[in-house]
This record gives sequence, structure tokens and C-alpha cells, in this order.
Amino acid sequence: MAAFKPALAFLLLLPAAWAGYAVWMEVQAPGSLLGADPGEALVLHFGEWALRVVLLALAISSIQRRTGFKQIVRSRRMVGLFAFFYTSLHLFAYVGFLAAFSLAEVFADLTERTYITVGFAAWLILLALSATSTRGWQRRLRRGWKRLHQLVYVAVALALIHFWWLTKDGYAEVVLYTAVFALLMLERLSRQAGSAASALAASSSSRNAADSASAMRSTSGSNRVSLISPK
Amino acid sequence: MLIKKPEKIPSTEITSESAYLNRRSFGKLLAAGAAMAAFPARAAVPVDELTPEEIVTGYNNFYEFGMDKSDPAEYAHEMTTEPWKVRVTGEAAKTGEFDLEDILRGLEVEERVYRLRCVEAWSMVVPWMGVPLKKVLDQFQPNGNAKYVAFETLKRPSEMRGQRSFFSSIDWPYVEGLRMDEAYHPLTLMVTGVYGKPLPNQNGAPWRLMVPWKYGFKSGKSIVRIHFTRRQPKTTWNLLAPNEYGFYGNVNPNVDHPRWSQATERRLPSSLFNQNRRDTLMFNGYAEEVASLYSGMDLARYY
Repeated sequence: MAAFKPALAFLLLLPAAWAGYAVWMEVQAPGSLLGADPGEALVLHFGEWALRVVLLALAISSIQRRTGFKQIVRSRRMVGLFAFFYTSLHLFAYVGFLAAFSLAEVFADLTERTYITVGFAAWLILLALSATSTRGWQRRLRRGWKRLHQLVYVAVALALIHFWWLTKDGYAEVVLYTAVFALLMLERLSRQAGSAASALAASSSSRNAADSASAMRSTSGSNRVSLISPK
Repeated sequence: MLIKKPEKIPSTEITSESAYLNRRSFGKLLAAGAAMAAFPARAAVPVDELTPEEIVTGYNNFYEFGMDKSDPAEYAHEMTTEPWKVRVTGEAAKTGEFDLEDILRGLEVEERVYRLRCVEAWSMVVPWMGVPLKKVLDQFQPNGNAKYVAFETLKRPSEMRGQRSFFSSIDWPYVEGLRMDEAYHPLTLMVTGVYGKPLPNQNGAPWRLMVPWKYGFKSGKSIVRIHFTRRQPKTTWNLLAPNEYGFYGNVNPNVDHPRWSQATERRLPSSLFNQNRRDTLMFNGYAEEVASLYSGMDLARYY
């Protein structure tokens, strides 16, 4: 499965490649691929892919746990960076093609329209996570790194709020993405609950074992420690 | 009894004076435009060119057939439009069920080029064909209690797939309404055709409302019921999101939608590198004709 990561990278590039082709077609023959309102079409295209890819990034650890396909975890950082890539394209397309590069307009939107503020906050989080995604930062931040990167859940939640707020009617898509996010969160919770329960079970059984062992041998707490010590 | 009798407006006067004046200054603007070309933003090109037919008939909001702009063109052919019955109810002398043909018989169809401004901040210029709504409503002889008139769109889930959607929160049928003086305004049209052809299904066949100074959602499509009423009707978008869509729905650049600005619009066709953005005009440029209907009203409150 050495080819897995490059194959995944190729697939994740396709939506961007399609957009590139569509923009090129738009120059050749306006309205051909992106329709009558191409700016909006591009913004939606990138926005949808940003959401899909970030959910895929979240799904990777679940997939690994459920299927035992270990190698997939090696692609997680790449998928996360792709999510940032599409979120940035989404933002850029909005600034360029809907706000017409008018900073005043972007600023007005950011301060007056909560759904844009929320979307922008999600992008900022992904920016921070991408900037600190290297091994170097991982080492420098130590435990803080993990806590920082748990902000991805906040980012996805914000992105979903952003999407809910801008949906006028026709909730199929936003419901679908929210359901996927909820499922992934549930999987994590059940795993945590499960591992907590099994850890409890393991520790109590090992304590019993240790107790009986110590009862038999009647000495040595060090034994017990080694038996109980967590993985 | 309707006291106000509007004068007939020749179709040559439908283009508002401001647009007409803008047309004359187009040359000057071209020169200015050269300087502004570096900024793709609000390169104001105020000439109202017709939006191409394939966009008028291919880019539609008609949620009865789906949420995407291309859905109506794809699925609206599933709707049967013949025969077409219209139920007239409420505060009028003549109520009951009528054949659309009978209602339209003898009425002269006029062509009117109107700007259409969607609440979503895009706009078109469309050559409609139709009859003034006044001539339609007069036949039913609304009485003095008729302060408002409501228009109901067809509800037929078997032919309208959007109405079968589990993910829509709209309570069908789609209902829109007008104050009687708005309905009797000479600009208000019942549209039966576009671009010289019978109205395509995706545009609201066989007939639809067109109130050019209001956001598009006020102009219901595929009308099957006309209801004269004493009280302001409960309209679909107003029920769904009252803080976003008022009963009036007048185009107003100074009152933003809570989620986006209404100050400008993208005139279709818009392209990536020339968005065709322009300033939205008060009452969609028909202020001269209709502003008096709202004199003394706080338009920020009655949006």
C-alpha cells in the first residue's frame, strides 16, 4: 500500500483541478461550466470541498481504529493540509469574486454578518493548525500541541454553523455533513468511554491478580505497580 | 370600489428616467470606466441590457422543483399546465373556479422589459409578456373589504419533486401577497410569456406574477388561487424567516438582509473577472412610479 498516500493526494487534487479547468473555460466561454453566477458557484464549490476534506481528516483515526488500516494515519497531516487548502480557496474566491477584492466590503461582512465571522474564525484555526503541523512545532509545543490541534473540532463546528446559517432552505447537505461530524464525535466518545471502562476493568482485574499474587507471596508492592501501570 | 385609477403607462416609459439618463451618459462613463478598469469592483455600467434567454430560463429559484438554480429547468417539465384552473376566493363578487383561458380571454398581452432583483443580490433584465394584474382582478369585482390579495402557487407533489423533499421546511403551497393598491399598480403584471414565447414551466407557467419593484420572491409562479382578504396574508418566506423576509419585500439598497448587503447586485450574466456589479436602486429603479405607495412608511421596519 505504498501508493496509498500519493493516490489519495491525487484524488484530493481533483476538485482543485476541476476548478482550474472551469475557470479556464470561464475565460474562453463565460457561463459554460460555472453557470450564470460563476463567482458564487466557485465559492460554493470550494466551500463544500473544504468541509468534505476536513471531515475526511477527522475520519482517518476512526477508519484506522475500525478497520485496522494503520497506514492511513500517515496521510492524516496531508489531508488536514488539503482541508486548509480548500478553505483558503473558498475564502479567496469569496474575497475576489463575491466581494470583488474590496477590503472595505470584506471588513463590513466580517463585522456585520455573523456567519462570515464564524467562517473566518474557522479558517483562522485551520491556519494556526497548518502552520504548526510540522514535526518541529510538534516537538516545541509538546503536550500543548495536542491540545492546540484539538481545536480542529471547534473549527469544524464553526464551519457547520456557518453552513447552517447560510442555508435558506433545503437542508439535505448541511444535515448530511452534520450527521457525519456527529458520528465521528460519537465514535470518539464511545471509544473513550469504552477504553475508560476497559481500563477500569483491566486495572481492577489486575489489582485482583496482584492482590492474590501478593497474598500468595505476601510481599513486594513493586510487583503490583508493574501490573497496574497503564499502557 | 377602487378610488385610484392608474393611468396607462406606455411600454416605452417602463425604463425609468434615471436609467434612461444613465444611458445617455454611458459615453462619459466609458472614459471613466477605462480608469476604473483596474478595479473589477463596482465598474458602474448602468445600461440595462437584456439578460440572455438561456439564463432567464435556466437560472431560476423555484423551490417546488429543487434548491439548485438549474433544478427548475431540469424538472419543471414534469408539471402539467393544461388545463389550468384558478380558484378565486374571498372578498369579491365573483368567486369560484375559472379556466385560465377564460380569465385571459380578450386581454391584450403587452411586452414589458423589467429589471428583476432577487433578494439573493443578483439581478436580470427580462422581456416579459403579460397583462396588467388590474385587468385580471377587475373581472372578479373585489369588494371594499378586500385590502390585500394573496396568490397561491400550485401544490402537486406528484409533479413537483421539491415538494416531496424531506429536507425542505417550506409549508406548501407557496403563498405570496400584495396590498390591493400594489396589485392595482400599472407596473404589476401577470406574466404569460417571456422572450416572445409562452412562459416555460421553470419560469412559472402558465402564468405568474411580476412586481418589478419588489424582490423576486414576492412574484409567485404557477398561480392556482387568488384570494381577496381583509387581513395581511401570511406569506411563505415571511413565515419561514420573519427577520429576513418581510411582507413588503420592496427592493431597498439601504435595508440589508441580515446575512448580506443589499447595496449592490450582480447583474447576470456575471463573469469571474467582470462581475457586472452595480448599485441597487431604490425600488429597483421604479421609485418614481411607486414610491408614493409607501409615503410615510418606515421602510426599515416594513421591509
